[in-house]
Formats: sequence, structure tokens, C-alpha cells
Amino acid sequence: QAVTVEVLDHLERLALVDFRDSEGVERLQKAIQFADQLHEVNTDGVEPMDSVLEDRCLYLRGDDVTEGNCTKELMKNAREKVEEYFVAPPGIVLLIKI
Amino acid sequence: LVPWVPVVGLEVHAQISSNSKLFSGSQVHFSAPPNSLVSFFDASLPGTLPVLNRRCVEAAVMTGLALNCRVNKKSLFDRKHYFYADLPAGYQITQQRVPIAVNGSLSYSVCIDNKMSQIVTKTVRIKQIQLEQDSGKSLHDDTRSQTLVDLNRAGVGLMEVVMEPDMCCGEEAAAAVRELQLILQTLGSSQAVMAEGQLRVDANVSVHYPGEPYGVRTEVKNINSLRFLAKAVDYEIQRQIEELENGGTILNETRAFDSKLGCTIPMRDKEGKQDYRFMPEPNLPPLILYDAKSLPANMNHQQVVNIDSIRERLPDLPSVKRAKLVEQYGILPEHSFTLLNEDGLTEFFENVVNQTQMKPKKVIGWILNDLLSYLKQHSLTVKESPVSSFLLADLLSLLEKKQISSTAAKQVLAELWKGEGKTPLDIAKEKKLELIQDQKELEEICQAVIDGRENEVIMVVRE
Repeated sequence: QAVTVEVLDHLERLALVDFRDSEGVERLQKAIQFADQLHEVNTDGVEPMDSVLEDRCLYLRGDDVTEGNCTKELMKNAREKVEEYFVAPPGIVLLIKI
Repeated sequence: LVPWVPVVGLEVHAQISSNSKLFSGSQVHFSAPPNSLVSFFDASLPGTLPVLNRRCVEAAVMTGLALNCRVNKKSLFDRKHYFYADLPAGYQITQQRVPIAVNGSLSYSVCIDNKMSQIVTKTVRIKQIQLEQDSGKSLHDDTRSQTLVDLNRAGVGLMEVVMEPDMCCGEEAAAAVRELQLILQTLGSSQAVMAEGQLRVDANVSVHYPGEPYGVRTEVKNINSLRFLAKAVDYEIQRQIEELENGGTILNETRAFDSKLGCTIPMRDKEGKQDYRFMPEPNLPPLILYDAKSLPANMNHQQVVNIDSIRERLPDLPSVKRAKLVEQYGILPEHSFTLLNEDGLTEFFENVVNQTQMKPKKVIGWILNDLLSYLKQHSLTVKESPVSSFLLADLLSLLEKKQISSTAAKQVLAELWKGEGKTPLDIAKEKKLELIQDQKELEEICQAVIDGRENEVIMVVRE
């Protein structure tokens, strides 16, 4: 089953990955085929397991302030900053019709 | 006129009142220097893991119980993926499959025709309550075409309360949210102040012909107060009706409320319809809650959240408080609504009642008509009142003992309002407002009047 252009566009927007060259599309196709092998397993009547941790205890932390206050360290990761704010490209914009 | 049926549902996000965040130990605080309340986990640095805050779980359970929900003894966490500058991980940890509480209800009251005396109780179903992370804050700098990001709010615990589309107009939506706000504040699970972003409301609005299926709905965001909520909902209902009556169609879109223009405008979303690719959060096992019956014997009590003991510790909810006020003091139901609606007013009222001989049924009139209108006129809160409950009680006692008349009492109150430190009795004496009780003195005054008006008296006697 081929990967359609719509699916490709959709995936590119979701994952922000560029599949544009045919080698990328082919690799994607092969990855889908590989994963599709999971369908060969009969899972009728079997509860899906979503984590090997499912029967572990979920640890509850006390409501104490134990972290934070490390602006300087965090800012070391910023490619661009303005007065301790991270700088990012503009996102979703409001459209105003007058 | 076409009888369009408007349908309104709400998604309310309430910030949990806690010291630290939902999955990290950073502080939760309204204003602080940018990116100072951010841990490595909040900044989504590799190798960090979420650790659930017990207080947030308790807040959600309390809220679920107060809203008559079924609290799920096993609930799960999921990842909701989307890209945005203030969501560093690229996903939000939420509860999409099995949230912590489901199938509840919220009762609220609306006035018919804006008359406080005609109160109707309505109910809205609560679909679910889920725990989830808040995002950081983005400041859009359009001139430099960039976004400035502050992650102080990223990871703060939220309770999302989903209300089914059982409401029909702006007034109902605002009344339901107001009651929810009072409940959350009474529980202490959220301070729920809309102006500080602790309570955010998105409205889902659609209209349809009676008998037909529900129409296409729009989502309205960017609503910052109860007043704007009512306006935004009513505007959107009108807009949709006009659009449909002109032969147009409604798009399933997200719109923002513009408070200055008083209208909703479309928000351009480049990605089109969102695909959130929900998946289980692999780093968090299921959240298990216990009750008296299922309490495990050998567990550390700090690791156990007991639904029954939380239920036992629930304070009186607003509806119960109102009923008690009506019963205890003989006031009207609509009075109890006003008392609870103003921060500190119930306490003030009860303090006055305890310090005066005047009956509560009469005191309430002075509280709601005189005191409250003064406060509103001067934009003061009850706590800022220049007239204390002690002074008002003193004044009302003078009135009750018939030392002054009702008209005189109002004049004294006006003087008291100046806050010059005089007592009601001082003012009454100063302004010669005291009622004369002495029989002989009264006879002398009447005789003097009669003596000075011989002609009029003769005419009266003749009749």
C-alpha cells in the first residue's frame, strides 16, 4: 500500500520532518511495512498493555518547593534570548478582519 | 422569529492551588522574574522524568466529590502532542483515556428577568475532571517577528472541568462558572481568580432548529472575566443565527473573543485540523486511589490517597452554606446568594447579628441595601469598609431601642461612612437626632404647637 501525498503532507506538518527526497519516502514506506507485522498477532480478548510499569506503584511526591531558581543555567541552552526570555519564531497569529 | 435553539458547553481550566508544580518541585507563583520558577524537567531537558504531586491529586479528588462525580480508583496519564513555543516537550501530559473523575453535576441559579426575587435552579452535567499540565507563557513581539517565552507557568497543575452542552445562553454560562468558582474557592483546590489566569474558560457554541440534530460548533477562547464570558457566548449565538439565516454555514473553527470590539474573530491556524496523536505516558504507571474498604495494610500512608477521608473533610459547599443561612437567620434565599457572592460579607453580617439586639431579618436589609450600596458606590471591598461590624451593630441597637428613628439612622450611617472615629451615639447627639421619649416633654411641645396655631385648631375641632 503506497503512502499518499496527503498522508505525507500531514506527517510533515505534524512531525516537522522533511520527507521531500524519494529516499526519505522509501524509507518511510519500509518503516510502515516493518511495523505492520504487528497486525499478524491475534490480540482478540487481550487487554492492551501500555507500559511495563503498569503494576508498579505511582510514587506521590510531597508538595514542597525543591527545584527551580536556575535561570542562568537554563539560559545557557538558549540560542537567542532577550532579558531572560527564550526567543522563538512567531506562532499562531490572530486574523483580524476590519 | 425563528426559534433557534442555542447550545453552550464549557471547558474550564482551573489552576490547582499548590506550592509546587504537577510533576516537578518548582514553585507555583503568580509573578516572578521570567524563567526563575523552572526546573530541568519543566524546560524539557533530556533525561528528566515526571513525579506526581500528591496535593494535586487530592485537589482533583476533592473537586470531583464536590461536583458529585464518580472518582475513578484507577486513572491514566497520556501525552497530547502539538508544537508551540511555550510547550517545550512538544506534548502536554494530560488524562485523555481515563480521567480522575467522571459523570458529575453542578447546580447553579439564574434570575428570571433580572429579578433577584425569582430564582431558578439549573443543573449542568460534568462530563469529567482531568489532571493536566499548564503551558508556559508566550509574549508575541510582532514588530520583531518573534515570540518571547517564559516557562514559569509551564507544568503548573490544572484541573480541566468539562461541562456538557446543557446551557443555552451567556447568562447561564456565567452563572455556572460563578458557582464553580465559589465551590473551588470554598474547597481551596483552586483560588480560581479569572483576572490572574487561575480560571480560564473556553466556550463551545452552536445553534440548531428544534427537532433537528445539533449544529456545527465553534470554540471561543480568550475570555477573561464572567462578564465577557456572557457577552462572548451571546455574541457568538447571534452571529451564528445571522449567518445561518443569511444562507451561510458555520465553520468548525476556533474563535477569539475581542473584548474591545465585543465580538468573536477567527484564529488562523496554519496546521488546519489538529491531530494530537494521543499516546499513553510511558513514564507514569496508573494512578490508584483507595477508599476505606480497599485501604492497603502495609503501605506508607504518604503514598495513599483515601477518597473516603477526603470526603469526610469536605467543607460546607456554597449551596449548603446558603441553606444554613436561610434557616438560621430567617433571611430570603436571594439574600443568601448576595451574602456569598461578596467576599467577607457573610462574616460581616454574622458579626453584626451577634453584636446587636436587632433581629437578623431586619439587619439583612441594612447590610444589603445600605452597606453594600455604599461599598459598591466607592468600589470598596467588605474588608475595606470604613464602617466596622461593631459600629453598624451599635447603630442598629440604637434604632432597635428606639433612641433614634429609621430616617435618623440613615443620616448617622452617612456620617459614620466618613470614618472620623465617632460613635453612632456621638453623632446622634451632635445632630440632635435622638428621639424624645419623655411623655411630659412631648406634651409640652404639642401644647406649644397647638397654642401657636389657634385658628387651625378651631377649624379641626369644628370638623
